[in-house]
Amino acid sequence: MRGLLQGRMGTAAGFTLGAVLLLGVAPAVLPAFNLALLGKFLCFAIVAVGIGLAWGRGGMLTLGQGVFFGLGAYIMAMHMKLADASLFGGSGVPDFMSLYGSGVVPGWWEPFRSPAVTLLAVVLIPGLVALVLGLAVFKRRVKGAYFAILSQALAAAFAVFLVGQQATTGGSNGLSGFRSFFGFDLKDPNNKVMLYMIAATVLLLSLALARQLMHSRLGELLVAVRDQEERVRFLGYDPATIKTVIYVVAAVLAGIAGALFVPLVGIISPADVGVIPSIAFLIGVAIGGRATLLGPVLGAVGVAVAQAGLSSTFPSFWVYFQGLLFVLVIGFMPGGLASLPALVGRRRRTRSAASSPAAPARPAPVATSPDAEEKATVPEEARR
Amino acid sequence: MRVSVHKRAFLPLAAAAVATVLAGCGSQIADPTSGSSAASTGTSCVDTSGNSIKVGFINSLSGTMAISESTVFDSLTLAAEEINASGGVLGKQLQVVSEDGASEPTKFAERAGKLIQQDCTAAVFGGWTSSSRKAMLPVFEANDALLFYPVQYEGLESSKNIFYTGATTNQQIIPALDYLAEQGTKSLFLVGSDYVFPRTANKIIQAYAAAKGIEILGEEYTPLGSTDFSTIVNKVRDSKADAVFNTLNGDSNVAFFRQYKSVGLTADTMPVVSVSIAEEEVPGVGLDNVQGQLTAWDYYQTLDTPANKKFVAAFKAKFGAERVTSDPMEAAYTSLHLWKAMVEKAGSFEVDKVQAAADGVTFEAPEGLVTVDGENNHITKTPRIGKINSEGLIDTVWSSPEAVEPDPFLATYDWAKDLAK
Repeated sequence: MRGLLQGRMGTAAGFTLGAVLLLGVAPAVLPAFNLALLGKFLCFAIVAVGIGLAWGRGGMLTLGQGVFFGLGAYIMAMHMKLADASLFGGSGVPDFMSLYGSGVVPGWWEPFRSPAVTLLAVVLIPGLVALVLGLAVFKRRVKGAYFAILSQALAAAFAVFLVGQQATTGGSNGLSGFRSFFGFDLKDPNNKVMLYMIAATVLLLSLALARQLMHSRLGELLVAVRDQEERVRFLGYDPATIKTVIYVVAAVLAGIAGALFVPLVGIISPADVGVIPSIAFLIGVAIGGRATLLGPVLGAVGVAVAQAGLSSTFPSFWVYFQGLLFVLVIGFMPGGLASLPALVGRRRRTRSAASSPAAPARPAPVATSPDAEEKATVPEEARR
Repeated sequence: MRVSVHKRAFLPLAAAAVATVLAGCGSQIADPTSGSSAASTGTSCVDTSGNSIKVGFINSLSGTMAISESTVFDSLTLAAEEINASGGVLGKQLQVVSEDGASEPTKFAERAGKLIQQDCTAAVFGGWTSSSRKAMLPVFEANDALLFYPVQYEGLESSKNIFYTGATTNQQIIPALDYLAEQGTKSLFLVGSDYVFPRTANKIIQAYAAAKGIEILGEEYTPLGSTDFSTIVNKVRDSKADAVFNTLNGDSNVAFFRQYKSVGLTADTMPVVSVSIAEEEVPGVGLDNVQGQLTAWDYYQTLDTPANKKFVAAFKAKFGAERVTSDPMEAAYTSLHLWKAMVEKAGSFEVDKVQAAADGVTFEAPEGLVTVDGENNHITKTPRIGKINSEGLIDTVWSSPEAVEPDPFLATYDWAKDLAK
């Protein structure tokens, strides 16, 4: 993995390989059910890319990404419900509203009848919420555990709010039973493949975006803010702005992932946006390696695949296994599994006292000495 | 500089990706009117050639619902063993594929898809929460497969791909209200967990009360799992209602009944009718907290029918003498036997033939004779009001004179006209 990422040609080769695997090999070899499942995992991976940026690079422990995931998902679900209602019912009123509500579509649903407004809103609404929240929080220099608690409380509140609005959001049942996606019949297996393709493409695009950001001046400042926020401020930069921008990017990615999750999985409910899913998003990122480009993605997909495989054989065992893995990684490998090659390499080097000055070749946030780089990879709080 | 180099490397890739995506496009819905009858494109992969047939069980074996749903899994297992011991279905032994719903609706949808598409099961049994059923419904409809759902629920639903063997509202909520009215109840206080079943049940209760002149003195909800009831219990006490209608779920009942007792309310001063406390839940809530309180179900372990004696004895023999049987467990047990009867009447495992044969299929269930209503895929059931006795079991204090026809949309009740449009 690291080898492939070495240098720009390596990056291009890596992306090409990823694209071939995701867009060519996977649809060709996987049966329909497994492909849809992989599509769902890729949605989690898109969220993970954002968390990797915000948490791994920016040190913002985003414990509430379920909110942005949920906003994107519910916006898409509202549109699909409205579209189905006019395509199949003729009345234009989603089925659950006539059953549990007044039978009248509330005003704030109406804009989402339009596909264009929906697509814009999927990006803009999570982005705007994150912008307002980010400015309010980071300008006041709220950080660390306070930020984590705040974002988690937000996720809890969002889920409780949704449960209470049975007539307009489907309550605890959420929104489900979709039949069409922008006019495409969801029963058609070809369209399911198309949805998977879209998710895979969005993941590749978000990885490209994350790589660009990591290697930009902004990305370097972000790592600097994570490790020494005061020094960055003394240098004349505003850490709040830097953090807010990245927080917005992570939120937008989560929102898009949510919007893709809905047609792929066929349901969105408060159980998918609350505290537990928000934490679950983090686990894969931490296990994979939060500060690297591919670590969060591989971690998120890996944990999801392991869960799908193990949980059907050992239903009650899985939770403990996941917990144990999380504790082991955080305790002994704060950089995640992505830091394993570097750890092994260093141990081998110290043992053989090799003269080769080969520095760990992970995508360097700040290319200085190997020592500084090691520090940069592991956020401050994890090293204490 | 760096940016431009990277862009160049990425552009062709993006173009290729977009092209691949567009190439993958399938059919669009051209004619909206034909959409609803659009034939399922997935053909059944059920293998009927061997001497066994696969069926799927989907229950939460982990997560918050595991404690309830694992009992349903046990009684389904018992039913499968009984059927296999008596020669199987159409001469084929049942081969059970079990999946864990993990108490998450999305997991139920995902695992249901696996049971249908990958395991090629002939029918699937399970689900508990409304959200798990709502999550699975589109999966079963899209794949044209069969789900047997064994739990009482809030009604307002009917799918040709789901058979509902638990009570709908006119087989549980409305009989309970009839009973209370018969007992001279003039006022009620409603307490429930905040999700779809209590909210829909209370909507029905409000409409019933308005029509029959019963006063509703309060309607309170708490989040699922909430354990703080001091405010609500005080409100209940101050309301001086004749009875309380309780749609709380799970752990909340423990806290509610404990605090109910602590403010001096008893089954004699202000009885509580619960619709989510069965034999299985009584020890968890605490027998001394709920003894003498009322429940509304269609089955109790104490029922004196030959089929029930056989069911209880077989269950205890298999899972232990200390185990109890409850309404959802009985409904699950019944569901597997009903499917067997439907398949044998159809002479085929094919979904459309089973659906066509379903109407009028009967089974001598532990709760009494049940008959499938092919119109709405629900079954007839006999509503019973029970009182929790000193052993933690439930004695029947009132029983409907005959089995009640299912009416999930309450179409036959004048006062319910505005509930489901």
